[in-house]
Amino acid sequence: MSSLSIVPSNARVIPCLDVDAGRVVKGVNFVDLTDAGDPVELAARYDQQGADEVVFLDITASSDRRETTVELVHRTAEEVFIPFTIGGGIRTVDDARRLLRAGADKVSVNTAAVNRPELVAEIADEFGSQCAVASIDARRTNGGAFPFEVFTHGGRTPTGIDAIEYAIRVTDLGAGEILLTSMDRDGTRDGFDLELTRAVVEVTNVPVIASGGVGTLDHLVEGVLEGRADAVLAASIFHFGEHTVAEAKSHMAAAGIPIRPADA
Amino acid sequence: MTRPLIAVLDYGIGNLRSAQKSLERMGADARLTADVGLIADAAGVVLPGVGAFGPCMDALRGTGLDEQARIAAADGRPFLGICIGLQLLYEGSEEAPGTAGLGILPGTVQLLPGNVKRPQMQWNRLEVRTPNPLLEGLDGAWVYFVHSYAAPMADNVAAVCDYGGPVAGVVGDSNVWATQFHPEKSARPGLRLLENFVNQARAADVRA
Repeated sequence: MSSLSIVPSNARVIPCLDVDAGRVVKGVNFVDLTDAGDPVELAARYDQQGADEVVFLDITASSDRRETTVELVHRTAEEVFIPFTIGGGIRTVDDARRLLRAGADKVSVNTAAVNRPELVAEIADEFGSQCAVASIDARRTNGGAFPFEVFTHGGRTPTGIDAIEYAIRVTDLGAGEILLTSMDRDGTRDGFDLELTRAVVEVTNVPVIASGGVGTLDHLVEGVLEGRADAVLAASIFHFGEHTVAEAKSHMAAAGIPIRPADA
Repeated sequence: MTRPLIAVLDYGIGNLRSAQKSLERMGADARLTADVGLIADAAGVVLPGVGAFGPCMDALRGTGLDEQARIAAADGRPFLGICIGLQLLYEGSEEAPGTAGLGILPGTVQLLPGNVKRPQMQWNRLEVRTPNPLLEGLDGAWVYFVHSYAAPMADNVAAVCDYGGPVAGVVGDSNVWATQFHPEKSARPGLRLLENFVNQARAADVRA
């Protein structure tokens, strides 16, 4: 199962937009929120800058506002010509179907899949593994029975589940990709949890997106070279204009990482 | 310039809307449809798709669109399969033994070799082997792939990418083409390919 013998993928750079009721907000440890604009406009800008994909995380709590999310996906499909994933609040195959029909390429499931992992298999069977993303929020246990624990509900609720075992389980069930967020690092700008990333990469044979903690362009390089992630996800360094996606990609290419140039 | 009518076959699976929106953007009157009359009137036909071979083939048969796809490919109109829409053109796939494909192209779709991550989910560079109007401007372009199975390497492979060896990126000739990658998700180069296809459809459109 070790991926050492595997032909390396071209790395992907994925800006992530946290969306609440159709507007982009920036989460720091999933609290303190600041308005950062229209998600479709931002996603189109990232497409222009050479982003390889975009992820929307819908943090809209109340289900009566879910229609706004479908509408957002609809608008995005008209303006964005790179793959985009939507996650947040997807509980059933029907939820997934609505978002995919509206134009999303992938759906990411988190809390609902932890509660009922079969959801991953149901989505993969119905729409294919390529659109079934298992999102895992993990924290270090610091000396527990296993090194990393799965958390749910935006990183607030411990589950007692071993994150590495869980990664294997969802991959077996048909997840085509893992979106792995270190809740210890999320919002800290201290860089990815590389041990966590590598541990998950080593036990799965599907692409892993590293997430949580990016504060510098070097962190993106580390995520790929040391964490061995297939893709790196970041939010704030892009949203507030500190770095463009193009800068990120040149920096990674200069470090020897195979990657699609931003101006390709 | 006229906006040629392009029928994007709607057999009820996954995200088909992106293909339609991208074709519209590149100058087509693109309709997501299962209507036989509309498909017959179309200057070009697109068989899009995401997902697994078996369920997609079942859905295609269930809607009767398998026959429409065969007719469109046979009568010489520009025809474009995308991703699973490429794989469905073959006689079958290792993904779904026992399920017959459309049989428009010969051979069986095969699992990617074991020394690569499956699916190939990444941007990769296209190398054009047999230039054709669809591929104008596409040699060396980066495009987005997501697939675990691939078309057999044969003479009709017009462009490849390198993924632990050459993998079919574009197949076909004369009027029937198909891309393993998603042009509707491949930024500028993908839109260019769709524009090339729309131009072919426009040129072939007898009513224009």
